[in-house]
Amino acid sequence: MFNDTVLKEIDDIRARYPERRSALLPSLYIAQKEFGHLSSEALLCVAKTLNLPEADVRGAASFYSMYRHKPLGRHLIQLCTNVSCMLLGSEKLADFISEKFRVEPGGTSADGRFSFVIMECIGACGTAPAMLVDTDFYDNLSEEGIVEILEKYK
Amino acid sequence: MEKILLKNTDTGNSADINEYVKAGGYRGLSKALGLQPGDIVDEVKKSGLRGRGGAGFPTGMKWSFAIADPKSPKYLVCNADEGEPGTFKDRPILEKNPHLLIEGMVISAYALGSERGYIYLRGEYPRAKEILDRAIDEAREKNFLGDNITGKGIKFDLTVYQGAGAYICGEETTLLESLEGKRGLPRNRPPFPVNTGAWGKPTIVNNVETLSNVPSIIERGGEAYSKIGSKFCPGPKLFSVSGRVEKPGVYELPMGTSLRDIIYAHAGGIKGGKKLKAVFPGGVSTPLLTADSIDCAMDFVSMPKAGSMLGSGAVIVMDESVCMVRVAYRTLKFFEHESCGKCVPCREGTEWLRKILERVEGGRGRNGDIELLSDVAENISGKTFCPLGDAAAGVVAGMLKNFRNEFEEHIKNA
Repeated sequence: MFNDTVLKEIDDIRARYPERRSALLPSLYIAQKEFGHLSSEALLCVAKTLNLPEADVRGAASFYSMYRHKPLGRHLIQLCTNVSCMLLGSEKLADFISEKFRVEPGGTSADGRFSFVIMECIGACGTAPAMLVDTDFYDNLSEEGIVEILEKYK
Repeated sequence: MEKILLKNTDTGNSADINEYVKAGGYRGLSKALGLQPGDIVDEVKKSGLRGRGGAGFPTGMKWSFAIADPKSPKYLVCNADEGEPGTFKDRPILEKNPHLLIEGMVISAYALGSERGYIYLRGEYPRAKEILDRAIDEAREKNFLGDNITGKGIKFDLTVYQGAGAYICGEETTLLESLEGKRGLPRNRPPFPVNTGAWGKPTIVNNVETLSNVPSIIERGGEAYSKIGSKFCPGPKLFSVSGRVEKPGVYELPMGTSLRDIIYAHAGGIKGGKKLKAVFPGGVSTPLLTADSIDCAMDFVSMPKAGSMLGSGAVIVMDESVCMVRVAYRTLKFFEHESCGKCVPCREGTEWLRKILERVEGGRGRNGDIELLSDVAENISGKTFCPLGDAAAGVVAGMLKNFRNEFEEHIKNA
């Protein structure tokens, strides 16, 4: 189960909405942080804490793409390849990341350092190509730039 | 044009409440709280403001519907789920001018008689989340939010709700489902959210940019505001310009600025002096325009006459070197990924379209693929709950109408 600090955090969130189910998406984010990914145990914890049917919890968790259902690497690279980024060469950058850091889109590198996800638009089209590493934004990307940026994430 | 939405945002500290107040911020709120709620609605109606999320519905009229509904409480929800590919116009407001949005929401809430508001923020904007949370705390400390706003006994509080990566939640009924903690599936309409919205109560859902126009409407008066931009579609407009241009970025310009001026006068023209090929004028969900059809006024009234739509004002520019089959394939991959699965024509159709486009693009196209693309697109269009399916079909139709030869070439050379 969640510890008391987390339970208090979820309680505070619940108070901001007229119905407890609205705390579900925020709680899934919290569970993801606590457990690393949304394991069956994590989902059950959320269901119990919010007193919701497990099916509702699984239903929401499986719908939204930012919830993770398997263990991730230490850092998450999310590269946009939608139209604006594509027009400025992001697809080549995706291949570059895969080769250089040995991580396939949707997968995790063998050393557990990086997980790699191809994203839809992240709203950085004016400074494309762009990516998120964990919660940090990077744009105007080039191959050299990516190497330099990812050097900081061990 | 004097900047209204991005005023002072080039200073480093513009998100700070003290900077905002120093630059005249929260003056619109002071003025608004001296008026009757009905007067505010009248000013917004007089201003001619239309929703900036893409649909262009008159804001004052939308508000009146919710006010006329006897149910209570009423909720005010800001749609900050900007996800239309090519759109990044709300981000500078959220990250650099959050108090403009908060001020707009407090004024709007007072006009609507709402004491509770939510900002539905896309999950992909973690920095905006931090900045908004801090701005909301600052506003509470200074009594611009809370139980006794500026000592006038008015109540309103705000919470940022983080989405989790579903484009479809930008559609307002889907956004409300998501806010209620459910999967993002669109609702049937009617009933409309103004009557039966969040938790079954009258709810106004307005875009970030729409709400951010409200303070200046109140400060300068609806009449004066209506003189900015197009006659039937007044106000400033944020245009997100991306793709193959020299100076991509967000431009605040009068509504009705011509698409040609946006591309050539403001965004510096085509990258490397190349020739323009095509433009999505308002995000990938708006019909493609070719190089010879960009002399159109970018507003909600003129764009349909030019054969497209204003959408979110996301101008995606493609030059002569861009392969349109590739663009079509990538766009359909997006729609396939984002289809919520509720309507069969969209769920199955987007996948089918993507598969055909993938093989045509990859040099494995078959005779009859072009006809098949048209057929599948026609069987999605108009047969789905929400506009996602129509948008996906529209991309294919627009591509085949304007660039059929490129598809034929790909298949011939397969």
